[in-house]
Amino acid sequence: MLDSGGDPYWSKKAKAFAAARKGTKGMYGDSTIRAIHKGVEQWQKGVLGPWVKRSDPLKEDFETASGIKLKPVYTPEDIQSSDFSDSSFPGVYPYTRGVYPSMYRGRLWTMRMFSGFGTPEDTNKRLKMLLKHGETGLSIAFDMPTLYGYDADHEKAHGEVGRCGVNVSSLRDMEVIFGGIPLDKVSTSMTINAPAAVLTCMYAGVAKRNGISPKVLKGTVQADMLKEYIAQKEWAYPPEAHLRIVRDMMVYCTKNMPEWNYVSISGYHIREAGSSAAQELAFTLADGFGYVELGMQAGLKVDDFAPRLSFFFNSTMDFFEEIAKFRAARRIWAKVLSEKYGAKKARSLLLRFHTQTSGASLTWQQPYNNIVRTTLEALAAVLGGTQSLHTNSYDEAWALPTEKAVEVALRTQQIIAEETGSTNVIDPLGGSYYVEWLTSELEEEAYRYFEKIDAVGGLLNAIKSGYLQREIAENSYRLSRRVEEGKDGIVGVNKYYVKEDAPINTLKINFGAQKKQVDRLRKVRSERDNAKVNAILGKLRRAYENPEANSIYPMMEAVMAYATLGEIVQTGRDVYGGWEEPIIV
Amino acid sequence: MNKDPSSGAKRKIRILVAKPGLDGHDRGVLVLARAFRDAGMEVIYSGLLPTPEQVAQMAVDEDVDVVALSLLNGAHMTAFPRVKKLLDQKGGKGIVVVGGGIIPNEDKPKLLKLGITGLYGPGTSLEEIIDHVKKKVAERRRST
Repeated sequence: MLDSGGDPYWSKKAKAFAAARKGTKGMYGDSTIRAIHKGVEQWQKGVLGPWVKRSDPLKEDFETASGIKLKPVYTPEDIQSSDFSDSSFPGVYPYTRGVYPSMYRGRLWTMRMFSGFGTPEDTNKRLKMLLKHGETGLSIAFDMPTLYGYDADHEKAHGEVGRCGVNVSSLRDMEVIFGGIPLDKVSTSMTINAPAAVLTCMYAGVAKRNGISPKVLKGTVQADMLKEYIAQKEWAYPPEAHLRIVRDMMVYCTKNMPEWNYVSISGYHIREAGSSAAQELAFTLADGFGYVELGMQAGLKVDDFAPRLSFFFNSTMDFFEEIAKFRAARRIWAKVLSEKYGAKKARSLLLRFHTQTSGASLTWQQPYNNIVRTTLEALAAVLGGTQSLHTNSYDEAWALPTEKAVEVALRTQQIIAEETGSTNVIDPLGGSYYVEWLTSELEEEAYRYFEKIDAVGGLLNAIKSGYLQREIAENSYRLSRRVEEGKDGIVGVNKYYVKEDAPINTLKINFGAQKKQVDRLRKVRSERDNAKVNAILGKLRRAYENPEANSIYPMMEAVMAYATLGEIVQTGRDVYGGWEEPIIV
Repeated sequence: MNKDPSSGAKRKIRILVAKPGLDGHDRGVLVLARAFRDAGMEVIYSGLLPTPEQVAQMAVDEDVDVVALSLLNGAHMTAFPRVKKLLDQKGGKGIVVVGGGIIPNEDKPKLLKLGITGLYGPGTSLEEIIDHVKKKVAERRRST
């Protein structure tokens, strides 16, 4: 899957699954299914038909957001092959109904609000505010220069420091961000990819400075470089170089930071870039299989590292399709990990995931409507069995969120948890003919995509040729046209539009962040032992040049000596060069 | 679709679509690039991560009528004016500059004053954006 094609497993799997769905030996039995089939025909002819003649349907085509055609109603006939083994019980293979036996009865999902802006001081203050309001996990957003690995004083960073996340140029900034926060007690997710290894070293560095062993640190860095090339497009080096560093992280963390999730395999950005639910599911899981292969190629045993792999999905507006997507994801992961990659430990088979509601579904028109959108998306994530959740704020089509808007977003999760009863029963939509059918439909679609990716020569080739990026761009354009033509309604945009001038107040970000960060950076450079930094960067460079070495050890040394993020990433750019993406339009 | 206000003009509208900064959010520009093409324009896409200098140079070299800028990373107040200024310096004073992305209301007057128009947010109809571009080009062609 990762670096070559022609693996017969994928085409066999796709065909076998499609064939199995046609079977009639399910839990309802042959004769019941025949009777229901007759009932459906009679209902269509005798009840629905005459009714439709009197009142025209509102739309010509009823389909999911992914374009899957829908019937007016679903019955056992649509899941006729199901013998319940594909559903099973929570905490039991294939985990369709949830990864843990008691799910939210035992523990609610982690409420994790993605935040970060301006200077490390600004972000430290926001994190403490969220902890005070009952947030249970931290999640850090970085600014663009940090995401691309440039220091605050680089010319490309001009005007971008602290604009859409917090700026980090050295360990000193991380010491401020996490000042007064007990790193041995919280779990922290960092949305960082190209320089993820550097930020992991910095986080461990802050802990070390506070006398906490990196061994106990809990958290996640995104570090999913495959999806960067597919969707988010924040890279520093060519794909092979980034994958090599991910490999080094897998090996290093397996040994030294056993509680650290060193990759969060992300469909979120694939979806935000315009993919369908089916594409998000398929491309994200394909990436997941890619990382499994990467770990195995590095000599790790699948059961030694698969339990650390976690996922990150989007939840957007087609409520039932989203729920079905989460269920299908768990099932596919468990099946393929055990069948193809030989995972034996139950922990290896569990697809644990974080969810973020969809930023792209928010509208700048009538922004308060976004609270409702976010609520529905969050509910879908909960009904889909998420392990943690970020809810977007209503003002995010305008700017980074204000404190008030973030509070409403966090309260949305708390209301779902405390007031709706959604947490009482596990997988409450399991057994719905429609949701079960749609779960299988998405699973089948995912197998078809795995087969196609294999046919174009594996993931790396699918990325380098632009195949996956074009698939997403196609779908994104299809969705835009549907809105343009009024086939998909968006309230306040192409339905129920009203003119408003300045509907809300938004967060103003202080342009002073850049100056403050540049000043601190200069101070760091003048106070550190520069000869030592240069010697360590030389060591890092030699590690990069030797494909057998593990680059994380010299990187950790560099971070502790206050080498800057930009210096460390530039060392990689000097060895590997940059990256130009294939032409998509 | 409205009647093309630039019909009668000899050449097709040439438009450069670009994200002048560290910003990989390309969903919008990729959709717009296709929509402009479907509306009969000649579209040039800068590719990701160009500097404002590269965008301005490309616009002048490609002899475009319009530069359409998109940023969703909050850097529009430095990057958009920079592209405009560099265009003026490089002999592209007559090139129409339009923009969009996540642009707070209070930023709009400053950009409009520099002659950077449109400033559309997410959820704007493609037709509205296309009409704006055509209108601006028609005005510019009448005045030169």
